[in-house]
Amino acid sequence: MIKSNSNNWDLTITPHRGWFDFHLSEIWQYRDLLKIYIRRNIIAQYKQTILGPIWIIIPPILTTLVFTVIFGNIANISTEGLPKPLFYMAGIITWNYFSTALTSTSNSLAGNAGIYGKVYFPRIIIPLATLISSLVRYFIQLMLFFSLLGYFIINNADSIQVQLQLIWLLPVLVILMGIQGLGFGLLFSAITSKYRDVRFLIGFGVQLLMYASPVIFPLSIVPEKYKWIILANPMSAIVESFRYMVFEVGQVCFNSILYTLIFTGGIFFLGFLFFNHTEKDFIDNA
Amino acid sequence: MSTVIKIENISKLYRLGTIGSGTLQNDLKRWWAKINKKEDPFQKIGERNIQNKSGISNQIWALKDINLEVNQGDVLGIIGKNGAGKSTLLKILSRITSPTTGIARIKGRIASLLEIGTGFHPDLTGRENIYLNGAILGMLRNEIDQRLDEIIDYSGIERYIDTPVKRYSSGMYVRLAFAVAAHLEPEILLIDEVLAVGDISFQAKCLRKMDSIAKQGRTVLFVSHNIGSIRVLCDKAILLENGKLKYKGTAVETIDKYLEGIDKADEDSFNIEEDKIAYVTKIKITDINEKSLNTIPIYKPYKIIVSVTITSFITDFILGVGFSTFENVSLRTIWLKPTSLDKGEYLFIITEDNIYYTGKYQINLGLSMLNGKETIQYLQNAKTIKFENYVDKNMAFDTNCGLIINQQDVEIKLSN
Repeated sequence: MIKSNSNNWDLTITPHRGWFDFHLSEIWQYRDLLKIYIRRNIIAQYKQTILGPIWIIIPPILTTLVFTVIFGNIANISTEGLPKPLFYMAGIITWNYFSTALTSTSNSLAGNAGIYGKVYFPRIIIPLATLISSLVRYFIQLMLFFSLLGYFIINNADSIQVQLQLIWLLPVLVILMGIQGLGFGLLFSAITSKYRDVRFLIGFGVQLLMYASPVIFPLSIVPEKYKWIILANPMSAIVESFRYMVFEVGQVCFNSILYTLIFTGGIFFLGFLFFNHTEKDFIDNA
Repeated sequence: MSTVIKIENISKLYRLGTIGSGTLQNDLKRWWAKINKKEDPFQKIGERNIQNKSGISNQIWALKDINLEVNQGDVLGIIGKNGAGKSTLLKILSRITSPTTGIARIKGRIASLLEIGTGFHPDLTGRENIYLNGAILGMLRNEIDQRLDEIIDYSGIERYIDTPVKRYSSGMYVRLAFAVAAHLEPEILLIDEVLAVGDISFQAKCLRKMDSIAKQGRTVLFVSHNIGSIRVLCDKAILLENGKLKYKGTAVETIDKYLEGIDKADEDSFNIEEDKIAYVTKIKITDINEKSLNTIPIYKPYKIIVSVTITSFITDFILGVGFSTFENVSLRTIWLKPTSLDKGEYLFIITEDNIYYTGKYQINLGLSMLNGKETIQYLQNAKTIKFENYVDKNMAFDTNCGLIINQQDVEIKLSN
C-alpha cells in the first residue's frame, strides 16, 4: 500500500503546547457556539425574574442615588460643576462594565469545569461570550445614562456643556475596558483554576480598586502628591476620558492615556498567554 | 483502509490526593528541581495504577505507553476494569486533557460523547438546548437547522420542546440529549458509557442507533463496561489493564481475555476434613463449556461444579445446593436424588438454564446421608454467584419482571 496518508493529519495531540500556539482559527470555527453562549447568558440570567432585564438598570440607579447622597451631599465632594447624578452615573456604569468583565470572566475555567471536562471546544469561547454579553448590559446602562443626560439638558440647559464631537471615542473606550477586564479575567481564571484562594481576592480587590479611580471624585481634587496612585490604576484614564468625552471636564493627559494603552495591551497578552497555557490540562487540577 | 487515529507512546500521569494545601509549596519544589535539571521529586518512575494498593508516591500513571492504530470504519471497543485508563484515553483523544508523553494524530472531524446533555441549561427550552448542546458538540448552526425537525421527532417530546428543560422528567431529558447526540455526524465518534443512563429499552434503542452509525462507515471508539454491547457493536477491541494496553484483537478474543482476567481464581477451595465421611473441597461456577465465570449473563445456561471427597462408602448421599439473598432470604434449593457412593473424589456437575434476573446471591452447600436424616456438612455462603444483564440490542428486559424469569414452551392448540 502506498503511504499516502503519512502527512495529512488534521489534528496532532502532544503533551506540551507551545506558549505561543494560540489556535486562533478555532475560535472562528466555533463562532456559532460563541453566539449561542452570548444569547444563553443574556436569556438565562433574567429568566424567572419578575422585572427581567429591568435588573440591568436598577443597580446603577440605586448606586447613583446612594453616591449622590453620601459623597455628593454629605461629604460634599466636588463634581466639577456637573449635576451630581450625572457625574456619578458616568463613573459607575464605566466602572461596572470593567468590574463585571473582570469578575465574570475570572471564574471561567473553574466555574465551567463540568462542561470543559466532558467536551472540547476552544476554552476561550466562554470568557469571550461572557464579555460580550456584559457588553449588552453596558449598552443598556449607557442608554440610561444618556436618558438622564437628556433629562438634565431639558431641565437646566445652561449648567452643562455637552459636546458630542468626541463621541467616536466611545467605542475606543469600550474596547479598552473590555480588553483590560478580559485580560485580568483570563489571568485570574488561569490562577484560580489551580489556587482557589485568589478567587476571594478578586471581588474584594476590584471593589477596593474603585476607590483608587476617579469614579466618586474628579481627578482634579486629588493632591498632586497622591495623583500617581490614582493614575497608576489603568482604569482611571478611561473613567476620566469618558467624562471628558461627554462634558469636556476632567484632566486627560497624553501620558496617562499612553500608559493605559500599553497596560491594556500588556495585561491582555499576559492573560491570554496564561489562559492558553493552562487550559490544556487544567481539568486535571480542577 | 487508511489509518485515522495513530497513537504513539501515549502516557498520562495523574496527581492524587487533595489539591489545595501544600500544592503551591510542592509546585515551588518541583519548579526548583526543574531549574536544577533534576528529576521531578514527586514523580516515581514505573509506578502503575493499582487502585486497591496504596502507592509510594501520590502520582499515578493512568496510561502508560499506549500504541494503537485505528483504521477508518473500525468500531473499536475499549474494555477494562474501573481505573484501567479507558476514559483517560478518550479524554486525551478528545483534547479534554493532554497526555504527559507521547503523540496522537487524528484525521477527520472528531466528536466525543462522554456524557449526553453536556451544557444543557435548565432555564432554556428544549429547542434552545438543542442548539446549545449541538454547538458544544461541534455542530454548526446550519447543520442543526437542517436536522432540527429530525432531532425533535427522534426525541419524541415534540409537545414539550418549548418548555424549559428543568420541567422535564429525567427520562425526557435523556431522550432529548440523546437525540441531539445521535444526529451528530462526525467522521470519528468517541463514546464513553453513555448507555449507563435510561431504562433498558432506551439503552437498546441507543445501541441500535450506534449500530447504524457504525454501519455508515464511520469510525467509533466505544468505552463500556457492558461486555454484551461491546460484543454486539464492535468488530475490534482493546483491553486496558492498569493503564497498559494488555491485548488487542477482535472483539470476541479481547472479551475472552478480559473475562479470563476477572474470573480467574474463582475456584473456591475448602479445608480438608478427614474426620468426616464426606466433605466439599471445591466449588466453581462455569459457563456451558466449563469455563470459570463469576458473572453469568441472564438467560445463558451455566454450571455449578462441586468437588466432594468421600472417605468411606456412604448410603443415600445427598448434595443440596441452596440459593439465598444476602439478606438471608432463602430463594431456592436444588438437591440430587439419594445416591450411594464408594470412597473417592467426585465432581458433581449441575447444569441448568438460567432463570434468574440480575442480582447477587450466595450459594450454600449441604451434604447429608441416609436420605437426609443425618447432616454431614453445611457451608453457608460457599460462593457468591452474580447474574448480570448484558444489554443486547435485540433483547430488552424490563426491570420489573421479577427475580426469576424464564422462557418456556407452551402448548398451543385451537380451543375447539
